[in-house]
Amino acid sequence: MNSANIDNTVVRPKGSVKAKLSRDDIIMRGGMIVIALYLVISLVFPLYSMFSKSFSTFQYDLSKFEVQVSDDAGQFSPEITNLQNLNEGLKVIPDEELSTGSGGRLGATIFFPDFSFRSPVMYRIRNVDGQGRFLVGSTLMTGTDWQEMDSNTFRRVQLRPVRSTGLSNFINYFSTPALFKSIQNSIFIAIISTIITVILAFWFAYALNRSCMRFKGFFRLIAMAPILVPSLLPGIALVYLFGAQGVIKGLLFGASIYGPIGIIIGSVFFTFPHAFLIISTALAISDARLYEAAISLKASPWKTFWTVTIPGARYGIISAAFVVFNLVITDFGLPKVIGGQFNVLAVDIYKQVIGQQNFEMGAVVSVVLIIPAILAFAIDRVVQSKQVALLTARSVPFNPKPSSRADFIFTIYCGLVGLFIIGMLGICQFAALIKFWPYDLSLSLNNYQFDKMDGGGWGAYYNSIKMALLTALIGTCVIFFGAYLVEKSSGFKTGRAIFQMFAMLPMAIPGMVLGLAYIFFFNNPENPLHIVYGTMAILVICTVTHFYTVSHLTAVTALKQMDSEFESVSASLKQPTFKLFSRVTVPVCLPAILDIAIYLFVNAMTTVSAVVFLYSPKTSLASIAVLNMDDAGDIAPAAAMGMMIFYTNIFARVIHLILSKGVLRRTQAWRSSN
Amino acid sequence: MEGIKDPQSSYLSIKNLWKSFGSFTALKDVSLDIKEGEFVCFLGPSGCGKTTLLRAIAGLDLQTSGAVVQGGKDISNFPASERDYGIVFQSYALFPNLTIEKNIAFGLENTGRSKSEINERVSELLDLIGLPDQGPKYPAQLSGGQQQRIALARAIASGPGLLLLDEPLSALDAKVRVYLRHEIKTLQQKLGVTTIMVTHDQEEALSMADRIVVMNEGKVEQIGTPNEVYCKPETLFVADFIGEMTQFRGTISGKSLVKVGNTELNMVEHRFSQGREVSITIRPEDIIPLGAKLPAKSGKNVFSAQLVEMEFLGSFWRCKLKSDEFPEALVTADFSVNAVRRLSIEPNQILWIELPSESILAFDFQAA
Repeated sequence: MNSANIDNTVVRPKGSVKAKLSRDDIIMRGGMIVIALYLVISLVFPLYSMFSKSFSTFQYDLSKFEVQVSDDAGQFSPEITNLQNLNEGLKVIPDEELSTGSGGRLGATIFFPDFSFRSPVMYRIRNVDGQGRFLVGSTLMTGTDWQEMDSNTFRRVQLRPVRSTGLSNFINYFSTPALFKSIQNSIFIAIISTIITVILAFWFAYALNRSCMRFKGFFRLIAMAPILVPSLLPGIALVYLFGAQGVIKGLLFGASIYGPIGIIIGSVFFTFPHAFLIISTALAISDARLYEAAISLKASPWKTFWTVTIPGARYGIISAAFVVFNLVITDFGLPKVIGGQFNVLAVDIYKQVIGQQNFEMGAVVSVVLIIPAILAFAIDRVVQSKQVALLTARSVPFNPKPSSRADFIFTIYCGLVGLFIIGMLGICQFAALIKFWPYDLSLSLNNYQFDKMDGGGWGAYYNSIKMALLTALIGTCVIFFGAYLVEKSSGFKTGRAIFQMFAMLPMAIPGMVLGLAYIFFFNNPENPLHIVYGTMAILVICTVTHFYTVSHLTAVTALKQMDSEFESVSASLKQPTFKLFSRVTVPVCLPAILDIAIYLFVNAMTTVSAVVFLYSPKTSLASIAVLNMDDAGDIAPAAAMGMMIFYTNIFARVIHLILSKGVLRRTQAWRSSN
Repeated sequence: MEGIKDPQSSYLSIKNLWKSFGSFTALKDVSLDIKEGEFVCFLGPSGCGKTTLLRAIAGLDLQTSGAVVQGGKDISNFPASERDYGIVFQSYALFPNLTIEKNIAFGLENTGRSKSEINERVSELLDLIGLPDQGPKYPAQLSGGQQQRIALARAIASGPGLLLLDEPLSALDAKVRVYLRHEIKTLQQKLGVTTIMVTHDQEEALSMADRIVVMNEGKVEQIGTPNEVYCKPETLFVADFIGEMTQFRGTISGKSLVKVGNTELNMVEHRFSQGREVSITIRPEDIIPLGAKLPAKSGKNVFSAQLVEMEFLGSFWRCKLKSDEFPEALVTADFSVNAVRRLSIEPNQILWIELPSESILAFDFQAA
């Protein structure tokens, strides 16, 4: 038989074989749907509520109300007055002040300049149609019947606004120069901080990867320290260093630390480890053969640097820049402490929501803040995917050669950066132990009597530990299991793609925005999930979601390194996938699982932005306590609490190290073999 | 393709299998039958669909349409876990954190066997694959060849009706590969388990298989014994893919005659009509060297040619010959070391050769 004939005569029959699902398939798809639902509830719905809130406007529609006023004897004339007409005549409220928030209330007496609650005059008020609403005391009136009342009762009549959808919140926002200026401020400090951090981190990483200087391990440790404290802490440190009574305020030549200078120095401090890690990874994978080629071509070190080193690390540098930009522009703690009158977007959200209870405007600022955050995130993802391609190339590791002069310069440089980091932390610890800065420098533990301060006391500290442990435990389980399902299940392509998208989304959402979105979603009395509002549960859910993406990517990377045929083999051996998962997948991925747990723990200890809207008096957290104590002027106790977070995180990291090294040595004997 | 002669003897039937990935069609109407206890190789270049076919049989990537029947049961849409087979992958896919024993025992657990039964079976299997003392070690402590044998033991541990081998030897070095080839074949014969092996290595397929399924671009080109696919290729692709050959363009000029270049070749009776353009092939080892002088008693298809190139390949010489009769191409011929010595063949000499008519095959014309 000739194959050429088959091709012409046989056409593929229509329809296709529908797979019969095994029990494991059903369980895995079910599990994926459950975790996807978790992400929908903890991320997509809240964000949707926030977006819709930003487009909701509330306005007093005066034409919807009619009143009648009696004479002193209580006799009503037949004349009916529409409030709109009344206002046009009296001009008590200019038109632009008729817009308000969802909770807006307007006393009806304002339209009657000669109103007195003692007068015998009687009032009647009604809604023109079903859209009008007003309160008498706390009773909501929606009907169109006349409500008749004496003047003392009329005093308690309050008009309610009408809700509509539109862009007026945004128009309002962009026409308020004070708010609009924040965009400029935020972008300004983010760009300056990014440039400084990336340059500092690049040379630090370069020194550690490309020189033969000593104490590399020590410097690496120091570089990572800022990750262990809330971003508020560098702010507090700067107050002690450069504030009104600062130790070295003279260095600023009269400039104030409260404002852009403080925010930028603090941002460099807390974003340094992130930039260092990314650039260090990029520099570590460079190919020695390129340098050998450069030497053989007699290129000068300067030329080699620009033609080999920088291009090799360019994705790392770009990626680090966008990560730092994103961290700075979305950070709330630092500008709150040290920003002074210099407004930035993240603080605006806080001020609008907590200070002015203007939730709609808070939502508008959130939407504005999301745009640069998402842009930076998207560019970073594109760049990172290119970095991966570079990693897979086969290359010969680069081994630096000793050079006494360069090594000396690098040691000095790293020493200075290290001094900056240690100095910031040291001054906080010092201030925390001082009786009364700067007048009584004797040591005391008074500042650790948190229970005597605002902010939640020691209870907040224990809450933080509880929250961090729960986040690490629940988050690790949910995230690793979710990553496993999406990575190792078969078929169900669309479902998996949607899941991946949900898992990547949290990284693009600033913490403040997430927290505010949670208020809108979970604090809605009509939402059955309302019960978690104000509990520890919502803090844990919010924190897990906030830090979902990085943990998810860690898990996916570990799972990708496993043989893709394990599931096939297990199925052919007729063993449940769960057995493979517990006996092979989890033990092999244990290092990654522990990494996820410590990442979640440390971040849960230091996070401020997402949870600042969600804590209740019973569930205050250590990082929130730092914020509130600083707000109340108790700066030394704030520093003390901040350092407690630092030590707790160091302790957690040590435990993590012991677990990784010790326990793994026993369970992973197979790794060291061969 | 072969029809079902005796349905009872067919253990695995593939019926009109199609598989598409988007607009790409990986399998085009594939049908074949495999008898119980048979060792079948799917052979073809990469991308020919052989692994796709294996994965469809295993239920790992379901076919788009068509049926798979195993042991009389239609398993077309069954998930992998409900089918009856053991599988060995190129990557071995041994669980790295489990010892060799635990790896082999993995599929024996939860099957109603007692602990001691499992242990007994594991040591029996370790003996069978010739690695009796390696049980407590971890996979990373064994060599690649040893790991592959462990993967094999794990696949056959619970006595499946079908053994699937997906390029099992490709990751190994040449010596180990030849050794394991023999090893696997012996084991398969001892167990009598129906086996399908996917490979792109023709030598592997020729030496191990009872029957070979040659595939190209998602279609089955030929199914036959190693001898059949080598000596009686049904398509030009099969002739070209398996073994070496020289290809000419020719025109049919008689019942057993074909005009090639400036001459006419005798061949066995063919199915082509007069004047049809065909591709003519001959294998290098079929060409007979006659020596510098034309022997008195010579057969048909005898030509003189200049030896333009000689390459020593150990057991034979690969020679390129240029003949005025076939100006179109050089003829490749393999002459045994013995023949070269006996006829004192040297580079650049003029040599008489014979192209035996039974070795000349004709196919529908395709540009080479």
